[in-house]
Amino acid sequence: MESRQIEIVINGQPVKTNVGATVLEAAKSAGIGIPALCYHPDLTVRANCRLCVVEIVGEKGVVPACATKVRDGMKITTESDRVKALRKTNLELIMSQHREECNDCVWLAECKLLKYAADYKAKIDRFPDRKIKFPITKFGPIEFDQTKCIDCRNCVEMCSKQQANFLEVKNRGFETVIEPSKDPKKDCIYCGQCIVHCPAGAIEAVGEFEEIQDLLKDKNKIVVVQFAPSIRASIGETAGMAHGSVVTGQLVAALRRLGFAKVFDVSTAADFTTIEEAEELVQRISQKKVLPMFTSCCPAWVKYVEFYRPDLIQNLTTVKSPQNILGSLIKTYWAEKEKIDPKKIVVISIMPCTAKKYEIDKEEAKILGMKPVDMVLTTRELGRLLKIKKIDLKNLEPEISDDPLGIHTGAAVIYGATGGVMESAIRTAYWRITGSNMTDLVCTSVRGIVGFKSAEVKIGELTLKAAVANGMQNAKLVLDELAKNPAAYDYIEIMACPGGCIGGGGQPLPVDDEIRKKRAAALYRIDCEKEIRVAHENPQVQKIYEEFFKKDQEKIHQVMHTHYGKKSKSRIIDK
Amino acid sequence: MIIEKIKAANLRGRGGAGYPTAAKWEMVMNAPGETKYVICNVSEGEPAVAKDDYILEKYPEVVIEGIRLALEAIKAKSGIIYLRKDYFKKYKSRLKTLIGSLPIEVFEETAGYLGGEETTLLEVIEGKRAEPRFKPPYPPQSGLYLCPTLINNLETFYSVAKIAAGQYKSTRFYTISGDVKKPGVYELAEDRPINKALEETGNLPDFEFFVQAGGGASGQILLQSELDAPLSGAGSIVVYSKKKTDLVGLMKKWTLFFIKENCGKCVPCREGVYRLNEMLLLKSFDVKAALEITAVLKETSFCPFGKGVANSFESLINKLWNQDK
Ligand code: SF4
Ligand code: SF4
Ligand code: SF4
Ligand code: FES
Repeated sequence: MESRQIEIVINGQPVKTNVGATVLEAAKSAGIGIPALCYHPDLTVRANCRLCVVEIVGEKGVVPACATKVRDGMKITTESDRVKALRKTNLELIMSQHREECNDCVWLAECKLLKYAADYKAKIDRFPDRKIKFPITKFGPIEFDQTKCIDCRNCVEMCSKQQANFLEVKNRGFETVIEPSKDPKKDCIYCGQCIVHCPAGAIEAVGEFEEIQDLLKDKNKIVVVQFAPSIRASIGETAGMAHGSVVTGQLVAALRRLGFAKVFDVSTAADFTTIEEAEELVQRISQKKVLPMFTSCCPAWVKYVEFYRPDLIQNLTTVKSPQNILGSLIKTYWAEKEKIDPKKIVVISIMPCTAKKYEIDKEEAKILGMKPVDMVLTTRELGRLLKIKKIDLKNLEPEISDDPLGIHTGAAVIYGATGGVMESAIRTAYWRITGSNMTDLVCTSVRGIVGFKSAEVKIGELTLKAAVANGMQNAKLVLDELAKNPAAYDYIEIMACPGGCIGGGGQPLPVDDEIRKKRAAALYRIDCEKEIRVAHENPQVQKIYEEFFKKDQEKIHQVMHTHYGKKSKSRIIDK
Repeated sequence: MIIEKIKAANLRGRGGAGYPTAAKWEMVMNAPGETKYVICNVSEGEPAVAKDDYILEKYPEVVIEGIRLALEAIKAKSGIIYLRKDYFKKYKSRLKTLIGSLPIEVFEETAGYLGGEETTLLEVIEGKRAEPRFKPPYPPQSGLYLCPTLINNLETFYSVAKIAAGQYKSTRFYTISGDVKKPGVYELAEDRPINKALEETGNLPDFEFFVQAGGGASGQILLQSELDAPLSGAGSIVVYSKKKTDLVGLMKKWTLFFIKENCGKCVPCREGVYRLNEMLLLKSFDVKAALEITAVLKETSFCPFGKGVANSFESLINKLWNQDK
């Protein structure tokens, strides 16, 4: 966008804006709200909901604010009687293709449909719900309720950006449907980005609320919980706190209130992942094995490789993701230490991610025949559970997570932001190769929510060529580059979601670049404030390596490594 | 030069929008770009319009000459005749013979009525879902494969060839149908008032009637007292006997067409047409709701299709329905 400024007038108020901005963007930056459903700053403008219409003084009709560029001196009226009447009717038409099912909707209090309906006094039942008999389908952990879909197609565009092209527009006119593809060459990668871009709450991950509440009452089970690095910077939003609020202590307290026997921090396992992954990288480089090495913490990315690019399976690090490492440690190391039958332990993860629900079910992930993690709740789902249980995060006294799987380094927390895994692994690989820590621990070149970053890092004699991509369309750029030059990089971090896990498919709504930036900044703040910022110096981790693993490579492999395999199309179930 | 002649003849596009042809040609000519296209639009999808068929039957060589002139004038790479499915079957081989070695392709369209909307037509040729593009940019700047593209209705090319040959007499083609004695396609002066057109062709009824002018689905309803103006929009006049015509039945005929042909992209049209149809089927035609729906169709629909729906419904409701009830 050009940065030259022009002045326009909105509702009589002079507004300075950039040339090239749309009326909607200009209004938004001036704090003037215009209702918009199909608009999302992450997506192209498709202008199909027709709610954002405004009047331009001196022009005949109304124009969609999302698709109209500002012009110098333009005078805009956003709330005339005429505009309001048009919005009301369009809302009534939209609402009558949307079955309201609000109590378990992802939008909770943030629902734009209901807000606009109230603002414009639209009667949401003006016309009979026309999609009442539409199907509800389920693929992997994702459930798509077509009776709520308003045909805006945000999900379709998002899914294609995510390189899955799994959601498709079929038929025409009022028979238009958005549906999962039957093409055997297309499958969902469970990233959940469709969910966080759907204005109507039609897509959601399968949540297991009842089961969890029953389990917590079961006297024969020991139910422990572990929460991912990024959650601490986003769960506050579900309690109405500002974006980027860090609430680690309150989160721990809230989880204890829910009745979990132990509250562990997945960040501890992230330190293990870092150490193992740095080791594998060093091995691959020194033994001239397959390079580049790809990270594997993101199960949506792994699913993409296993389904769409099985030729790259050997490039994935064999190190398990932090949630599965911690789950495995709980059921081995911790069970042994506490003298508990691991079969009695139930591990619940709180994750920013919908694909994590799929990851725990993978056969390859099993530890001693058990699932490492038994159930995953997303940040959103935890937020809802806390609401149901009337636990208000904001007003809780901070508590600290449980030993021995609660201590973590700064390196671990930044796993939640794009570039974080890479940065942590570089810190440890540097130490592993040179024997000393980097003087400046901050790798600015891999930070920031830019989609695709690359850097050359000097480690002793070695120059490590690293790349970081977030969002699958950027992953595609990396893969395209590799197709041309297979030696372009040694180490590549890929996170399927825009911004990494802080922008994950299980995170609170709404989400956009501004919000992702704030969440990421919060994680980097924690890293800065941590005394120990390199994984290999985590005393608990060191202790577990010494006392539990005792250099037993087989054991290390069993607990912390996995393997992958080509996947075929999974089933689409009609509910 | 041909463009000057077109300008002097004051020719307006015959597709329905009535945009000055010379201005359009100039825009494409002056648009920067090496590759340019000319498209002859023969999607004629609206009920009660049959003049393209008539022209193809009688004067295909004139049309091809018109396209040739356009290719030459705007230095286009190639031309495409975009033909409705049944016309494609009927005229393909004859057109191919006439085209000979000219760089003109014959394209079989599959998208129905909406395929006639300029930007939808471009999407269809590019093999995409038949839906309109957002404008601007307009096809003269960025059309087929984002190249400057001239799109004109078949009749426009016909008229251009006539102008070039010095035979243009400011006529246009009218399809006249409905409760008339001599339905058919007629070539008449373009400024002929509608009642005169009916009279001249022996079709002026001797009973009370109204007409739908400018398209058999999206055209305006005009009362007998409104017929001394020339036709605008698509070249059709349908005559309805006031006594015999059941208004609900007529509106049902329209919605049947609109509901089948709309693309489903935007809310007012996809949902609005559905609700109009539903009200008619349920025999619960609620005029207030209908007018609210036509208002969003007219003002907020994404493309001209939705505006066309409003055009016929609003005029019928205001001029006939509200009068009767
Ligand atoms: S979860 Fe991701 S891959 Fe699956 S349908 Fe949604 S956007 Fe597409
Ligand atoms: S599922 Fe949601 S995002 Fe997708 S088209 Fe429907 S309303 Fe839009
Ligand atoms: S008005 Fe909207 S739904 Fe109707 S044809 Fe145009 S874009 Fe499609
Ligand atoms: S937000 Fe502009 S049309 Fe939907």
